[in-house]
Amino acid sequence: MQLARAFLIRLLTTLVTLFGVAVIVFFVIRVVPGNPIAMMLPPGASDADIARLKALYGFDKSIPQQFVIWLSGVLHGDFGTSITRRQPVLDLVLNRLPATIELAGMALIIATIIGGFLALTGTRLRGTKTEAAIDVGSGMALSIPDFLWGLLMILLFGVLWPVLDISGRVTPSLQLPFTTQFYLTESVLRLRFDLWRDIAGHMLMPALALAIPLSAIIGQLLKQSLKETMHLDYVTLARTKGYGENHVILREALRNAILPTLTLIGVQFTFLIGGTVIVERLFSYEGLGNMAIDAVINRDLPLIQGIVIVFALLFTLINLAVDMCYALLNPRLRHG
Amino acid sequence: MAEVTTDARGLVKRRLGLRLWLSGGWLLVLTLAAVFAPLLSPHDPLSQDLLGGRIPPMFFPGADPTYPLGTDSLGRDVLARLLYGGRIALIVALVAGLATCVIGSALGLIAGYFRGWPDMVISRLIDIWMAFPPVLFAILLIAVIGPGLTSIILAIVVIDWTRFARVVRAEAMAQGAMDYVASAQVAGRTRAGTMLAEILPNVLPTVVALLTLEMGIAVIVEAILSFVNLSISTDDPTWGGMISEGRTSVYQAWWVLVFPLVCLFLTVLSFSQLGEGLKDRFDPVLR
Amino acid sequence: MTDRPFLEISQLTARLKGSGTPLLRSVDLAVPAGSVHGLVGESGAGKSMIGKAILGILPRSVEVATGAIRLDGTDLQSLPPAERRTRVGALTALIPQDPLTALNPSRRIGPQITDRLVDILGWDRARAVDRARQLLAEVQLPDPDRILRSYPHELSGGQRQRILIAAAFAAEPRLIIADEPTTALDVTVQKQILRLIREMQERHGTAMLFVTHDLGVVSKVCQSLSVLYAGKIVESARVEDFFRAPAHTYSRALLAASPRYTDPHGSLMPVPDEVMQAVRAEVAAFDEGRAAHV
Repeated sequence: MQLARAFLIRLLTTLVTLFGVAVIVFFVIRVVPGNPIAMMLPPGASDADIARLKALYGFDKSIPQQFVIWLSGVLHGDFGTSITRRQPVLDLVLNRLPATIELAGMALIIATIIGGFLALTGTRLRGTKTEAAIDVGSGMALSIPDFLWGLLMILLFGVLWPVLDISGRVTPSLQLPFTTQFYLTESVLRLRFDLWRDIAGHMLMPALALAIPLSAIIGQLLKQSLKETMHLDYVTLARTKGYGENHVILREALRNAILPTLTLIGVQFTFLIGGTVIVERLFSYEGLGNMAIDAVINRDLPLIQGIVIVFALLFTLINLAVDMCYALLNPRLRHG
Repeated sequence: MAEVTTDARGLVKRRLGLRLWLSGGWLLVLTLAAVFAPLLSPHDPLSQDLLGGRIPPMFFPGADPTYPLGTDSLGRDVLARLLYGGRIALIVALVAGLATCVIGSALGLIAGYFRGWPDMVISRLIDIWMAFPPVLFAILLIAVIGPGLTSIILAIVVIDWTRFARVVRAEAMAQGAMDYVASAQVAGRTRAGTMLAEILPNVLPTVVALLTLEMGIAVIVEAILSFVNLSISTDDPTWGGMISEGRTSVYQAWWVLVFPLVCLFLTVLSFSQLGEGLKDRFDPVLR
Repeated sequence: MTDRPFLEISQLTARLKGSGTPLLRSVDLAVPAGSVHGLVGESGAGKSMIGKAILGILPRSVEVATGAIRLDGTDLQSLPPAERRTRVGALTALIPQDPLTALNPSRRIGPQITDRLVDILGWDRARAVDRARQLLAEVQLPDPDRILRSYPHELSGGQRQRILIAAAFAAEPRLIIADEPTTALDVTVQKQILRLIREMQERHGTAMLFVTHDLGVVSKVCQSLSVLYAGKIVESARVEDFFRAPAHTYSRALLAASPRYTDPHGSLMPVPDEVMQAVRAEVAAFDEGRAAHV
């Protein structure tokens, strides 16, 4: 009952947040100087042509009126039409979103593996120089943002030792038999490992750039939490049963240590997705963020609106998912 | 094992001291270089020489001793652009960092100490801000208000004030619940007076550490905005602009990318390590 | 009862790493198989430290300097760490002080009882679960199957302490170390748990080292006891002899200071200052004597 109530409140604040994002984007971009309509038409178009186009995109109405029209459209699943690409915004976004989701997902997996490894090693070797080295190293790694890691990797693995592709999502000459935009996932499902190699090869550097700071954060938080857990009575009791250090860390401490770090990692993951915008640009990766920058540069108002709303939706959904994971993993909440 | 433990702790402490010195040293060098950029640069950062494009840096075949770090594809001196770019980076770091800090901390302090409706409004705003991808938000703002140094500083303040507001709000709430605050009020201080006299000094160490961190972030945001060609102007020498140019010609002239990247790396790292170091110095629990 | 005691500690000295502050001063102790030995002292006297030294769970800041801990004749200190661990795990068990923190909150009760049987002793799972059920019945917990499926937070403190007792006896250890097993419980539950521990100990014939600050508890559970002050054993005696005529002045004062074990409403007397001074001087003299030898 209480859980249901908490969930309802959570849902309401989420809706308020999304509405706030919509209002802010909508009004901010209406202030954009430069007439998007003028840019669409060949020079020397008549005033009548301009007026007709304006009416077509709804720019002839007042800004609050435009907002109401746009919002009711969104609620019906209509995000409007892109000015530069002349396609429904929703189609464009859904076409690009899978690329960004796969990139962020791969980055999260890499970050979890590296971060988990660092935390476990640091806990296992606590008090030694290895732990001190992990602390110093991850302290530095997390203060360098994804943008710089991406550039560093371009230099290292694109130029100095050119083993990976530095731009795009897939080699353009390849024939892709895919029906969805989840290239990486679908290449595995279709057992086309030749394509998988190419796609993963393109994705590895941007994913690593995004993953390195997050892995350092995960490593630090989890290690701190593990260290606190290792002092608890039930861990000591497990030692008296004859279990070794590795077993004690993995089976007794880890699960309880993960819980408090989980919420923090959820927030950090939304930061990572925010980072895809510039990292996709850096690697010319055809995802949502890259399209967003193009949309801003081209003053494609409907497209900007649509993309920002989708990002906001993604962020709030992740936070919701993290809270649910927390409830699922915590037996106290599960049975309470 | 005891020896190892104390050893490791000593190691961390010594490293901390060393890191503080190294990062402070680099920032000092950078400041001096930026101040004396006109004296140090052998060439004008804007003058082009299309015949002298892509000259490699010192010690590489084909190098020109008057261009110690080489030239870019338009024949502009990389060293000069680096020095003048450092000026812009430092100005952005200082002004944007401080402005973000003051505005964000003030809002956080108000929300965390007064609670009630100001907290409702500010917390809701923070939630909304957290749902924006910050880089996209900054790019959008620059597109709206137009490029230029002021725009960049403004954009950084607008996207990043939540970093301070969130932390300061939480700290102010924790401090506000303590007994000494109640006793200050019993002693007859006003609410605002208590906030400034009792709460502010206690959140200051955290704020200072965040400030240095924010300066590093401001440098990065400026570089990112220059990278997508939305910063000052395409001609002005900025590290981000140089990186953008270097990225496209990385196979022909790696040095155009490498030197500004190294500067950016060291600067961002120095700011954050300085913040960590200051936090440890100020933190009475750790000391 | 065999000729040689099951647990035999000789000249055990432990100290803080770095500063070298002594925590245990040449402790000698012997617990015959199947008998219960009490360890009494004020908090900080090092009584828990002895149990931790046997179990190999001393804090990282503490090291054993000299001495031997023999379990069934084998000196644990001479064994390689992994072997020491499994040997201790197979031969001994701990009943911890606080039942609220001694069970892993994210694991079900069942595996927390059976894990040692399966992993360390190599039983098959079905047999281990049967054993757990039987033990839960022995500690008088109704509906064992439900309890095996429960998480700790679904059970009361008294129930959890019964589970910890069941878990301690599950592997038929030869020695159980009970570290103030009733202090964290409320008074009515304390008595039941104490009775339960004694019943279980008698039924299984397990030797026990019973750490407590309560002489009343010692008189009910133990056959012999040692009194500790500042990590030094000032007196070891059979329980009947001790309560009839404690030999050491500190023991006498401690006995007088305890809530009368026979009469809970009796008056309380603090340990007199001169006794404290005497026992402190004794410890200091001991340290000097050691220093002179070294």
